[in-house]
Amino acid sequence: MKNPIGHEIPEQIANELGLGIYGVDKDPRVAEKDTTPLVEREYTNNKVVESIEEAIKMCGLKDGMTISFHHHFREGDQVLNQVMEVIARMGFKDLKVASSSLNSVHAPLIEHIKSGVVRKIETSGCRGHLADEISRGLMEKPVIFRSHGGRAAAIADGKLHIDIAFLGAPCSDTYGNASGVCLDEEMQAKVSECGSLGYAKVDAQYADKVVIVTDTIVEYPNAVQSIEGTLVTCVVKVDSIGDPSKISAGATRFTKNPRDLMIAESAAKVIINSGYFNNGMSIQTGTGGASLAVTRFLADTMKAKGITARFALGGITGQMVKLHEQGLIETLWDVQDFDTEAAASLRRNPGHHEVDGLLYATPFDRASILNQLDIVVLSALEIDVNFNVNVLTGSDGVIRGAIGGHPDTAKGADLTVIVTPLIRGRIPCVRDKVGTICTDGQYCDVLVTDVGIAVNPKRPEIKERLLAAGLKVYDINELKEMAEKVVGKPDALQFTEKIVGVVTAPDGTILDLIYGVVD
Amino acid sequence: MLKIITKAEAGTLESGDIHIEIERNETPEVEIDLSSTVMKLYGRQITQVIRETLSELGIAGAIVTATDKGALDCTVRARVKTAVYRACQSSEYAW
Repeated sequence: MKNPIGHEIPEQIANELGLGIYGVDKDPRVAEKDTTPLVEREYTNNKVVESIEEAIKMCGLKDGMTISFHHHFREGDQVLNQVMEVIARMGFKDLKVASSSLNSVHAPLIEHIKSGVVRKIETSGCRGHLADEISRGLMEKPVIFRSHGGRAAAIADGKLHIDIAFLGAPCSDTYGNASGVCLDEEMQAKVSECGSLGYAKVDAQYADKVVIVTDTIVEYPNAVQSIEGTLVTCVVKVDSIGDPSKISAGATRFTKNPRDLMIAESAAKVIINSGYFNNGMSIQTGTGGASLAVTRFLADTMKAKGITARFALGGITGQMVKLHEQGLIETLWDVQDFDTEAAASLRRNPGHHEVDGLLYATPFDRASILNQLDIVVLSALEIDVNFNVNVLTGSDGVIRGAIGGHPDTAKGADLTVIVTPLIRGRIPCVRDKVGTICTDGQYCDVLVTDVGIAVNPKRPEIKERLLAAGLKVYDINELKEMAEKVVGKPDALQFTEKIVGVVTAPDGTILDLIYGVVD
Repeated sequence: MLKIITKAEAGTLESGDIHIEIERNETPEVEIDLSSTVMKLYGRQITQVIRETLSELGIAGAIVTATDKGALDCTVRARVKTAVYRACQSSEYAW
């Protein structure tokens, strides 16, 4: 057979090699040569569609499919609700919503669950009215809770298969090169920057179809992109995707609470004397006022002792950025930004890098960054006398938090410091048993409360070092008894027989179950 | 001998406090209407502390409306006692 240029290509060889014949076996994905200049072409021949509805049609959404979202805007997210409203209006049913996390702002999901649009949920956490309703038995199927590393690994392994990912991006060019920060100086002021799109990158990589939802189309090329245009099916422009001022709300607030600061100062002393506070160390601080504040108390000692950290990891804060800019932390490895200062630093500082959820925290690869982590500071709603930590359900048994990277980093780090007040209001935070186990106690090394420090018996060498430094160390049972002496022993909670949530460990196996609450 | 004359209150709705409102019950029974931020964990104990405190003061017939914001037992006792003395218009404090 002659190809269109007139050269003879025998079909036999084409078939034998499985290559097809040029000009005869045409692949519909290959575009015709477009001679329009770039400045026109980017607006005439691109991936932009008119509406969310059109994007949904183009991606071929069907009943029962799995759709995903990210939570980089935390409480300021406007993408999930907008997309779900359109999906509900179009009449789809039985969908699985797999968001990297859910917040109070996502309460409209309640109606979509009641009407059968949403049948299943997978998330890192849940807060507010939606969480209350789930705890009261809103859903037929239990919510699957995954840690950030666990979710990334499940997506990569195909255990959490995403049909369509709807990914909010602060800016994108018309071909879907999308970013969480805006390098275009003229556009910067208008862009709602959320910083790293680390969790969303995994969805973009593995989902069958990817919709970039943005409120700002920037001139081509958006050259430093979180999500590459080749992964993107289509781009939709909406009026607004999110309010960055609400990123730093709740769990990621900058605390002025004196008790949080006292705990943070004490945690810093533990770190400094733990044996892991060395030149070239690596560190991460999780959400929660006291945890994030630890950084402030490390800086002076780092300067005094001439110690610099090779990297800080995870959710990055303005505090971390300050240390980075002072040369105390060489590299910021950023999967998510906890405030707008951190987001702006990602744009500005060459040593501040975005990492995706897999590189950050997959449990299945020793190259994941958390396995290189020396020190992590993590919060807890409750911790039990075996150091098991609950970050998901409140003292009343109602879902009100998120697993986040807690179990991932607790295991990955050499030194895992848990910070919590001994009592919150009348609630004792050190208990015989925690309501829900999110992190296996064997990976939690030191507990720091406002009243005292306890070291996991598995780490006697750390206890020795703290004692040698003159710190007072309690048995965790003593701390529990001190709390009970003040607030009294709480009554046991009553639960229904219905399983409303399944808590998975980073490897995807079931770690604990959450039962429905009794009012 | 303390005797409730009027309706009275004590405490605030601040975190860590309890607001107690007390009035006379025509029957010699104590009726307690408690709402609490820690109802499931401590509701039973708070009710018990209120009952004990009233009993120690020799109050038999009372209607108590308590709004708890995570108060410790000592705070609950103090607020109940204060409300009782105010309701009885008595300053013969036994402390």
